[in-house]
Amino acid sequence: MFYREVGEFKTSYPQDSESFGIGLDKYGYYFVLFIAFVIIPLMINDYWASAVLVPFLVWAIASLGLNILTGYCGQISLGTGGFMAVGAYSCYKLMTSFPDLNIIFCIILSGLITAGVGILFGIPSLRIKGFYLAVATLASQFFLVWLFNRVPWFYNYSASGQISTPERSVFGILVTGPNVQPWAQYMICLLFAFGLAWGCRNLTRGSLGRKWRATRDMDIAAEIIGVNLLQAKLSAFAISSFYIGIAGALFFSVYLGAVDATEAFGINQSFLVLFMIIIGGLGSILGSFIGAAFMVLFPVLLKNILVGWWEWDAALATHLEFISVGFLIIVFLIFEPHGLAQLWRLLKQKLRLWPYPH
Amino acid sequence: MQTLLFALEVSLNGFMTGILYALVALGFVLIFKASGVFNYAQGVMVLFAALTLVGLQQGIVPFQHLINNLLGTSIHGFGWNMPTFLALLLTLLTMLLLAWLVEKLILKHLVNQNPVILFMATIGLAYFLEGFGDLMWGADLKKLDIGIPMGISDTVEQTTYDWFGYGFFIDRLDITASIVAALLVIGLTIFSQFSKTGRALRAVADDHQAALSVGISLRRIWVIVWSIAGLVALIAGIFWGSKSGVQFSLSLVALKALPVLMLGGLTSIPGAIVGGLLIGVGEKLFDFMVGPMIGGATENWFAYVVALVFLLFRPQGLFGEKIIERV
Repeated sequence: MFYREVGEFKTSYPQDSESFGIGLDKYGYYFVLFIAFVIIPLMINDYWASAVLVPFLVWAIASLGLNILTGYCGQISLGTGGFMAVGAYSCYKLMTSFPDLNIIFCIILSGLITAGVGILFGIPSLRIKGFYLAVATLASQFFLVWLFNRVPWFYNYSASGQISTPERSVFGILVTGPNVQPWAQYMICLLFAFGLAWGCRNLTRGSLGRKWRATRDMDIAAEIIGVNLLQAKLSAFAISSFYIGIAGALFFSVYLGAVDATEAFGINQSFLVLFMIIIGGLGSILGSFIGAAFMVLFPVLLKNILVGWWEWDAALATHLEFISVGFLIIVFLIFEPHGLAQLWRLLKQKLRLWPYPH
Repeated sequence: MQTLLFALEVSLNGFMTGILYALVALGFVLIFKASGVFNYAQGVMVLFAALTLVGLQQGIVPFQHLINNLLGTSIHGFGWNMPTFLALLLTLLTMLLLAWLVEKLILKHLVNQNPVILFMATIGLAYFLEGFGDLMWGADLKKLDIGIPMGISDTVEQTTYDWFGYGFFIDRLDITASIVAALLVIGLTIFSQFSKTGRALRAVADDHQAALSVGISLRRIWVIVWSIAGLVALIAGIFWGSKSGVQFSLSLVALKALPVLMLGGLTSIPGAIVGGLLIGVGEKLFDFMVGPMIGGATENWFAYVVALVFLLFRPQGLFGEKIIERV
């Protein structure tokens, strides 16, 4: 009754191609932004920042990246963890080699470096397809993690082999290191997540996005209608790795503070991000956020209920988490292959006709 | 001369490891040929089979931790050891049941979906089984012993010492594994060439629709292949489990089987064997010759990089069917 196009008068082309065409959508979007940028920073505390909100934003950026590659361009990658490691380690090297460089630039530069590495590992995608590609990307996962473990230059010859972030600030506000305020941690991640999501939305609805989707649906057909596959696939790899690299840099410098390559960027992280986009929705920006929120909140919730309330073993909770995540993946693939984002889309479609569905 | 002999010993050991890789890869190939599903869960099936075998053998009460947590009891074991033969039989039955359930609950609903969706579904299955196996039998490291001879083979050491003046260290477990793997491959080949079901399997592998049209039940075939894959997983689980103990890291072996598959070709049983041997020997030799120069532990990634480079030149692998694409 309230949610419909009727009464929305578009008088120019830019208005007609707005992302949020319907009034209610637009106000809803502004409202969410208002909560995210104003209300949450005022109310945030240490637990919420470190257990829920900061990891949510970081993983959301990573799943945006993987969604560009897998959801929009149709190339499966199991190398997300390795690319995040590239982002993290280049951020570390930049921060320690150029102490005066602003952390924002460090993070963006590490995204660019990761994009370069991504292109390198994306080259095989021109000849290899489907599962073969998925296995080929495993090579990047294992090789990169091994590289960061074995070459001491990457961790500045530290005795533990770990890297830990030095203190850096933006406009005099500390954003990394052990003494950082939760709201500052949250805000820097939010700024990156917002900017990158905005960029992703505009990239995927432009000509590049159309090329990606044509490649995903059938790459030979796309080539015949004039899509340059080399350009489409490599740009998808580059941009996706840029996002994942930034996620890795934030994961290391802002969220964890000290990481070890094997633990923090193992194959499980690659699967985690893949699950996020399956549950959230392949080829959907909202889906990347919903999926990340789901996969971050679900274990926290499970743990709080089982261990906190019912006082079970922590190990049991972990096993149950594995079981239910696997179960959910299968259920989603069978009943709703387009993920939670599709449910939201259907709901909006229903609302548009409500209360007179015929 | 000494180095050469040493390198020979290393590659012989790599050969043995390669056979174990090939055992895991075999399970993948069987399922892929018959149903076009790239079964990521094969590695976890290996783990699950080994866990079930150990659990039954040692008389561990299934779900003991869960039961203890729910009821406040403290049960740990039945207090008896099951005879190995009975335990093997029960484990095999469990794997058959698993195959049937997978078909009934997952594959049936995903017929005609994009292969990538099916692949992701098997990743989901892998996670499920991993959690389920640990919940059922506990996540601690278990020792698997079903009476296979283990340790250094004295005969081999003595013979090679007489020949070269240098004794080779070969594990007797590896020798047994090689013999069993060879028997398994021969058995599977005979089964698929000379039995009625085997013919049906090959027909399904060639063309699903043609097979359906001559009256072969796809769903029955799927249950059969998944059962055979379960059997292969059990055998692989026995050997890997005896070699390195039964715990979560066993399922990582499956990740090693993936490059083996890529190298040999996804649709070829001999390919899986040859690929396994190549990777096994290659990674051991590479780690032996080049490893010390670049920091060691190259076994982690060598197989993947070889597969990656190889695929660039021959995307279907060594023995795979040529990939033809049409719009």
